[in-house]
Amino acid sequence: MAEFDSSTALVDAAHRAYNEGYRKMDAYSPVPIEELHEALHMHDDRLPKIVLAGGILGGLGGYGLQYWASVIAYPMNVGGRPLHSWPAFIPVTFETTILAAALSAVLGMLALNGLPQPFHPVFNVPRFALASRNRFFLCIEARDAKFNIDSTRQFLESLGAREVTTVED
Amino acid sequence: MMTPDPVTRTPKEAHTPIAGAAGAGVPVIAPGHNFATVTDKISAIVLTRRTSLGWWFGFAIAFALANVLLVSIGYLVAVGVGVWGINQPVAWGFAIVNFVWWIGIGHAGTLISAILLLFKQTWRTSINRFAEAMTLFAVACAGLFPILHLGRPWLAYWLFPYSNTMNVWPQFRSPLVWDVFAVSTYATVSLLFWFVGLIPDLATLRDRSESRAGRVIYGALAMGWRGSAHHWHRYETAYLLLAGLATPLVVSVHTIVSFDFAISVIPGWHATVFPPYFVAGAIYSGFAMVLTLAIPIRRVYGLQDFITDRHLNNMAKILLVTGLIVAYGYMIEAFMAWYSANTYEVYMMRNRMTGPYGPLYWALLFCNVLTPQFLWSNKIRTNALLLFIISLIVNVGMWLERFVIVVTSLHRDFLPSSWGRYEPTMWDWGTYMGTIGLFLALLFLFLRFLPMISIFEMRTLVPDAKPDQGGAR
Amino acid sequence: MKPGDAPEFWRTLAEKNGANLDELVGDEFASRLPDSFDAVERRAFLKLMGASLALAGMAGCTRQPPEQIVPYVRQPESIIPGQPLFYSTAMTLGGRATGILVESHEGRPTKIEGNPSHPASLGATDVFAQAALLDLYDPDRMQTLTYRGDILPWSAFLGAMRTVTTTEQAESGAGLRILTETVCSPTLGAQIEEILARFPSAVWHQWDPATGVNSAAGLRMAAGNDVSAHYNVESAAVIVSFDADFLACGAGHLRYGRQFARRRRPEGAGCRLYAAEAMPTTTGAKADHRLPLKPSQIEMLARALAADLGVAGVNRGAALPADAQAWLTAVRNDLNAHRGASIVIAGEGQPAVVHALAHALNATLGNAGRTVLYTDPVETHPVDQVRSLRELADAMAAGDVDTLLILGGNPVYTAPADLRFAEQMAKVRVRAHLSLHANETSAISHWQIPEAHFLEAWSDARAFDGTVSIVQPLIAPLYGGRSAHEVLAALSDRPERTGYQIVREFWQEQRGATPTGARGAIAATGASGATGATGATGATGATEFEAFWRKTVHDGVMANTALPTRAITPAGPIAAFSTAPPAPDGGIEIAFRNDPTIYDGRFNNNGWLQELPKPITHLTWDNAVLVSPATMERLGGAARPDFTGGERGQIHGSVVAITYRGRSVRGAMFPVAGHPDDVATLHLGYGRARTGHVGADRGFNAGALRTSDALTFGTGAQIATTGDTFPLACVQYHHLMEGRDIIRAIPRAELASLKKEEKALPSMWPVLTDEQEKVADYKWGMSIDLNACNGCNACVVSCQAENNIPVVGKVEVMRGREMHWLRVDSYHQGEVANPKTYFQPVPCMHCETAPCEPVCPVGATTHSSEGLNDMVYNRCVGTRYCSNNCPYKVRRFNFLQYQDWDTPSLKLGRNPDVSVRSRGVMEKCTYCVQRISAGRIQSEREGRKIQDGEVTTACQSVCPAEAIVFGNLNDPSSRVSMLQAEQRDYALLRELNTRPRTTYLAAITEFNPDLSDK
Repeated sequence: MAEFDSSTALVDAAHRAYNEGYRKMDAYSPVPIEELHEALHMHDDRLPKIVLAGGILGGLGGYGLQYWASVIAYPMNVGGRPLHSWPAFIPVTFETTILAAALSAVLGMLALNGLPQPFHPVFNVPRFALASRNRFFLCIEARDAKFNIDSTRQFLESLGAREVTTVED
Repeated sequence: MMTPDPVTRTPKEAHTPIAGAAGAGVPVIAPGHNFATVTDKISAIVLTRRTSLGWWFGFAIAFALANVLLVSIGYLVAVGVGVWGINQPVAWGFAIVNFVWWIGIGHAGTLISAILLLFKQTWRTSINRFAEAMTLFAVACAGLFPILHLGRPWLAYWLFPYSNTMNVWPQFRSPLVWDVFAVSTYATVSLLFWFVGLIPDLATLRDRSESRAGRVIYGALAMGWRGSAHHWHRYETAYLLLAGLATPLVVSVHTIVSFDFAISVIPGWHATVFPPYFVAGAIYSGFAMVLTLAIPIRRVYGLQDFITDRHLNNMAKILLVTGLIVAYGYMIEAFMAWYSANTYEVYMMRNRMTGPYGPLYWALLFCNVLTPQFLWSNKIRTNALLLFIISLIVNVGMWLERFVIVVTSLHRDFLPSSWGRYEPTMWDWGTYMGTIGLFLALLFLFLRFLPMISIFEMRTLVPDAKPDQGGAR
Repeated sequence: MKPGDAPEFWRTLAEKNGANLDELVGDEFASRLPDSFDAVERRAFLKLMGASLALAGMAGCTRQPPEQIVPYVRQPESIIPGQPLFYSTAMTLGGRATGILVESHEGRPTKIEGNPSHPASLGATDVFAQAALLDLYDPDRMQTLTYRGDILPWSAFLGAMRTVTTTEQAESGAGLRILTETVCSPTLGAQIEEILARFPSAVWHQWDPATGVNSAAGLRMAAGNDVSAHYNVESAAVIVSFDADFLACGAGHLRYGRQFARRRRPEGAGCRLYAAEAMPTTTGAKADHRLPLKPSQIEMLARALAADLGVAGVNRGAALPADAQAWLTAVRNDLNAHRGASIVIAGEGQPAVVHALAHALNATLGNAGRTVLYTDPVETHPVDQVRSLRELADAMAAGDVDTLLILGGNPVYTAPADLRFAEQMAKVRVRAHLSLHANETSAISHWQIPEAHFLEAWSDARAFDGTVSIVQPLIAPLYGGRSAHEVLAALSDRPERTGYQIVREFWQEQRGATPTGARGAIAATGASGATGATGATGATGATEFEAFWRKTVHDGVMANTALPTRAITPAGPIAAFSTAPPAPDGGIEIAFRNDPTIYDGRFNNNGWLQELPKPITHLTWDNAVLVSPATMERLGGAARPDFTGGERGQIHGSVVAITYRGRSVRGAMFPVAGHPDDVATLHLGYGRARTGHVGADRGFNAGALRTSDALTFGTGAQIATTGDTFPLACVQYHHLMEGRDIIRAIPRAELASLKKEEKALPSMWPVLTDEQEKVADYKWGMSIDLNACNGCNACVVSCQAENNIPVVGKVEVMRGREMHWLRVDSYHQGEVANPKTYFQPVPCMHCETAPCEPVCPVGATTHSSEGLNDMVYNRCVGTRYCSNNCPYKVRRFNFLQYQDWDTPSLKLGRNPDVSVRSRGVMEKCTYCVQRISAGRIQSEREGRKIQDGEVTTACQSVCPAEAIVFGNLNDPSSRVSMLQAEQRDYALLRELNTRPRTTYLAAITEFNPDLSDK
């Protein structure tokens, strides 16, 4: 794992590592860096789909609940209004839509990120604490096909890393 | 998208919807800051510096007030809502006034963190965190009142749709049920939004905390966040989506609150202008409250670098705009009453201006319409002290508005034989002041134990957040 | 408790347990512990124990009296739990009886209705009859017989009386005095006659200032001897009232009210009412032409009218104000046009001469015998009560009185101040007082005897026209009280006789059912008489009498006992007419009047009546110095609404000191539109020194000012503001309609040209109510006739009694939280000096598209299939949104724990068919749904539909004017359908399209064209 001073360094390190043919790698930074996404060719659009589904379900559920409760389960003449007073059912439907969508957004994000995750090997690196302050890290995992403890280390040092460490797990 | 390229950061902002030309040149973060300084300065407030006497003092006062709330609630539940001044015909009093007021205040937080985010208003970054916290605490206070004002508060859960042996359900045509859904949804989403925003900072605190307890607690809350690029990727999508959802939500909440009145038949309540005018009012009071809080805080904690005059300036502008919308609302109310030529509406308006509660109406016009006009001046907008005073006046004015709407409409409706009046009792006041205490107490705890400014978002504002090449598209 | 009651006792306990179950159920529906935080729930068990014991102590409240009483419909054996029985009996006020039917649940009287077959009731009752029930159960009633503070048995009193009789025997009763109220009870009269026969020198005094003193004197003046008069309103086309509130008080007012209303109906012949009065009254409000005058000026008016219409030898006296002159001319012409079909009636507030003038006028107009009927006196022994009381006072002062027996009343409080009655009474050696409550008189009496409530005792009484009713008890005395009959028996030779024996024997004797005249037997000393009276009754006579007795007690009226009408012929010219009347002096006049709700103070401890808004002023819980707004201003006084409660609760009136004939009182001033200037009207009955918890510290004692020579009004008072203010509980201070279409009134002439207005307006919702109305057999609705309503308030109290509505007390009323489901609003029209006043009873409108229903978050108020706007107490969480959204503001909320869960005696009086609400729930008019259910059960059992008029609401059944009609709108032939089909039918706040099921009938005016231009 290589430590860098700036996002710039990290981003082109990532580019070169990708061009080298490394695939199984991850970058760690104190701030989100959009360029990294292309650098590491990340394409994950599952979350929006999840949120959409959640919203639709929430809306249908909300309206369904109201319809069922006031038309089927316990029909009552309330102020001479129709049992199915749809205009009056809109606000609640709207709220349940938002609620379900928001919940699926957060839970979906956590789930896809595999959080909460109490432990991860990178935490073994003492200086990694700086990843949440002002340092940038690029980590090439042993699972990677091209991974070789020595050559990879040399490669990373060649990227002008501030320091390269081996992550034990 | 959290990385505004240099272009969006300064000149372009002149064209962005809310932040006007004035003060656009002033950066949203003082120069000379880098990742380290930002991180250290903000997290230091929480981690290193020992609790100041001032904090203890303020917290003590707030906590004492919160206990007034406790006593008031105890007595209320013991004896009945009759301890308040409510009666026939004014069956709603302080409880509903305060409910609407608090909910309104809450709106600013969501607006800042969600809507301004969508509008790419980077200056929001340094205030959104505690604005959101303010939202949560305000909603907590607001949520108390609809429950307390019930004749039988212990049955409040009957308003939720839950399957029960009698197979009876809430009556979904009632705006009060809409309130239940709106407010609970609003509270939940605000909480999620706030917490999601906190995760990376909690990780920072975890990594920087010296105490073991700190590491454990913040670590648990951070859920093992490690700033992985993959995580950041989804994180940003989620955050953006949340913002997108919160935006219509914040509009819907006060719209629904306004339905409590607009749906009814009572002259002074039964008005179509209510939803937009309530939403504007909510944002208005909300920003007033943000200013009321931000100005002293940035002074006490020396955060002028992060909450710059530019922020105050922009918030003042929003205050001015929403203030004008609210003024328009008042105008339309009066105009419609006259234009409708409806006996009851006309009388209601006349009674509002000249009736027993007339002085309050004029006071509210002074607070909400006259006062904000000073904000046309750039000098006043950037003068923290004046801004602080104006924001206080607006807070009072917005409370008066709700009082006028609730009480003066009810106390003289259709049949003169049933005309009455309402006067708050000490228990009304106790409950109201108590919630202010609760609000402040929560706020003090927040300032002490969580980063009041979003660290990672602040980092994105410092120059080296952005790779020099490859990014610009 | 008598040993004979033992079996009864066990039965009681069993039944009592039943009652407790009801309560528990009630609590359960009032939903769990926190509701009644005042520990009712927590200590429920103990309470029930306590209640049972207390009740057991009361010798079994739920048992029938030992004697056989006759239920109105079924035999007492056929008591079915849950099935109420009705018994007929009578209530007396001022001695005159009003027939009533009392609903009894498991032996507990719970509701009073009018007796349709009684001439003074015709099925209606007034507020006093309604509230009498609460007096019965009043925990503050005198509960034990005491002598100088020691609790003694009844036998001790009998013993004491025996000594009295033996000592008095010697000087033929010279030291014996009996003081009663007006006595119209044949039995009681006979008993006293007996005693007087036994003690020739003993004297019987009567004092009942609240009723009939002036009118009796006036009749005596007009007829030359004692007669009674009553009126035949149904054949009167013109009525002129001289300060007479004949629609709202005085014997027979229920009958007059009904006849008046009937004549004023569209199909009626019409009846124009002129009223010259001081304090605005309900009669004045109903008048087409009301003339505000000082009480003293009314005599001038009467004299002028008499002179104009040719009554012989009338001295006109001082000239009248201009407007009075115009009024007078119009009245004179109208009367001339309706000779023989008009009535001139003088009020109790006017002196004898005005009454005499009225009778003379009626004679001259040929009304006597047609619309004004004279009979022999209804009282058994009519006297000039003022003189009678003065004589007693003098005798006591002179120390001639050894034994004073006071049967009922409260002379120490009601006696004119100048007689210094209390002071004189202290000189009497033996003072005994029979009373329902411990009052000022009992305070200085040696023997304090708890009186049996009229629902607890046997008696009899004549109505205004002489008709006799037997008063039968529904329940054994709760506190072992005694009736006047039993107390008087103590002075007879057979002291142990029960009230039942006394009354029954008297009538046996009257019917000649006892061959050996009981009278003689009684006169003959010794037990033989007793045996003779009871034993020797002929068998045939007995059976015949038994039948008569059963029928009389069952019907509530004794057949053909109305006194025959007779002509009156004055002995000669009446001196009082020719002598010049006293010239009115400049000072402020004060008028003393009975309080509209607590009467002369005898209902002072009755929460229902204390909290009942007084007609016109809408004051509760206090009396006030009532003046015209102009006078109030002139005197530097003011009345302003407080911010708590405001116009609907709390009015601060400036406290004034009234000095009159060397005496002085302080009271709060209150403005009354239409009140004459420079006159202060004071209501009696308040400022009680000794009363129960309810009446304590209420108002001021106006009686402290009045003197025996001017009982009802006097001149020369000074009124000075003191600078203090006093909070008055007034439930309607704002009487202007603000140009809103609330009350509609149309001249009789325009009735025909009036066109009916459409009920429903277009709506965004599909109108599905129509087919809903089809699904159910019944579509309940109500019609309220503003033309008939005379604002008597009987409906309000009736509703309170029927529906277990709590009394909230003055403080809560001042916060605008009174609980009446039905209120009678009043609105003024025209100038403040003399407005036209309209009354409007407002219950829940049961709107088809009720605004209250959609806003309830828990569906606690919804529509029933029969169109009732139901209120589900145990589902209500108390958001009060429904109340806010009710444009009629008829909903009432239990802001605090108003219902009394603790007092056992009050629990007895509650209607078991209506759940008792607890803290935190909304409540409102239900159209008496419990009565509808009862009717439905009955009809379904008989396999038929509910007939029209079978179900009546509590407000409807007591209304003397038949202003409220309830029924099935699906049945086009029902009375309510036909009334709602009338042209003048309109919906209140129709523009809101609430489509109320309760609609109003516009008032009809019969203005005199000669006067109506002004």
